[in-house]
Amino acid sequence: MDNLKRTALADEYVKYGGKTVDFAGWFMPVEFEGIIKEHEAVRNNVGLFDVSHMGEITVKGKEALKFVNYLITNDLEKLVDNQVLYTFLCREDGSVVDDILVYRFSEEDLLLVVNASNTEKDYDWVVKNKGDFHVTIENISSITSQLALQGPKAKALLQAHTDTDLSEIKFFFAKRDVLINGVLCMVSRTGYTGEDGFEIYMPNDGAVTLYTNLIEDGALPIGLGARDTLRFEANLPLYGNELSDHWTPIEAGFGFFVKVDKEAFLGKEVLAKQKAEGVDRKIVGFTMGDKKIPRHGYRVLKDGEEIGFVTTGYKSPTLGEIIGLAMVKTEFSKIGTEIDIEVRNKTSKAEVRSRKFLKR
Amino acid sequence: MSNVLAGLYYTKDHEWVRVEGDKAYIGITDYAQHSLGSIVYVELPSVGDEIDMDDNLGVVESVKAASDIVMPVSGEVVKINEDLEDNPELINEAPYDNHLIAVTLKDAGELEDLLGKEDYEAFLAEEE
Repeated sequence: MDNLKRTALADEYVKYGGKTVDFAGWFMPVEFEGIIKEHEAVRNNVGLFDVSHMGEITVKGKEALKFVNYLITNDLEKLVDNQVLYTFLCREDGSVVDDILVYRFSEEDLLLVVNASNTEKDYDWVVKNKGDFHVTIENISSITSQLALQGPKAKALLQAHTDTDLSEIKFFFAKRDVLINGVLCMVSRTGYTGEDGFEIYMPNDGAVTLYTNLIEDGALPIGLGARDTLRFEANLPLYGNELSDHWTPIEAGFGFFVKVDKEAFLGKEVLAKQKAEGVDRKIVGFTMGDKKIPRHGYRVLKDGEEIGFVTTGYKSPTLGEIIGLAMVKTEFSKIGTEIDIEVRNKTSKAEVRSRKFLKR
Repeated sequence: MSNVLAGLYYTKDHEWVRVEGDKAYIGITDYAQHSLGSIVYVELPSVGDEIDMDDNLGVVESVKAASDIVMPVSGEVVKINEDLEDNPELINEAPYDNHLIAVTLKDAGELEDLLGKEDYEAFLAEEE
């Protein structure tokens, strides 16, 4: 654990009882009080995540918007200033380099927020594709800390720490220069949990102040374990599970974020064709028929033949059911289809269901 | 600090063994349940199964991962803890009160290879 990268909050974890692991080369807490308790706190109350390990890349200049729009599948022209979108960076063959957020502060000032496991990969990708675009690209990850405050009580709690009226920051919008506990932050109404909440960006020297103040005011410290169970229940993809270098966002079931009517972007031809003609495999939701837990990589079978693999599975803390997501051949993707999940050399029955696990 | 009870045998895989006559009750230690976190599923063998020492006896699954449990001694399964099917979290709550299985010992001599309380505590001190 000695060569791991540490966020500005690494010394705080032990104070709150954090159990730490190596996550993508970072020293990170997988849980504090317990994954299930933390999960329930975010669904019912408010929790605070240190997500400073994530990457931040700025793209600025006269052609910033045009350039980034060329790199991504979603459409920045549809945004106004200070709006945020979720999108994929794809290759020409439609495979996914990463899933990211793009903050459009203005046409000439954009921020990409990327997965911790892909920060260097994404930065290199953006630089490699710059061509003749008049832009400057900077990786500001090492000087940027990020906290995520999530849950139905997140807004009420955060409001007590800032004079900025948080009602002004709408879903998938951002605001810069928000003073929180004396620290100047950028705040967006975004998150990875399926609950209301905020992602808060600040310089590293402000992170401990915010983290401590918010926890003392009632936010429960949350680890990466609950971060995964929360996003899974909300049908949000995890790069490495539902998204990868080996299939397209259409196959993953996230075509909504691929705007094939946009002018030229990396992957457009392949993705447009897939949207028009359909795909041979797709990710489906499923419910387990017994008490075993389906895990990433477990094979999915039908009549003894392999038809796919599990991408993520859990006993869902909120639903109390054992559910999962799996990439399967399209002919087995209809809701109600019976499939078999191979768990430790034996098969368990399962049934394909809607991915909207948390239908509300 | 993990809780280690007197009167039990221990293994370096963090199992405990309680001998009652010719039967041995097998469970996982406080250190094990704490490392795993919330236990959500337990897979146990069937009554009548004969399993040798070091072979797989079952699986304990936490939210994040599955952990194989290995037989500390050889024996025939005479009892499985059925409470764990619906309430696997009992292991977290009381790891020494909730055995996984009970077996009739095939070879009582195997007990000599297990650790006593002090040796297990010393082993834990190195791990922690």
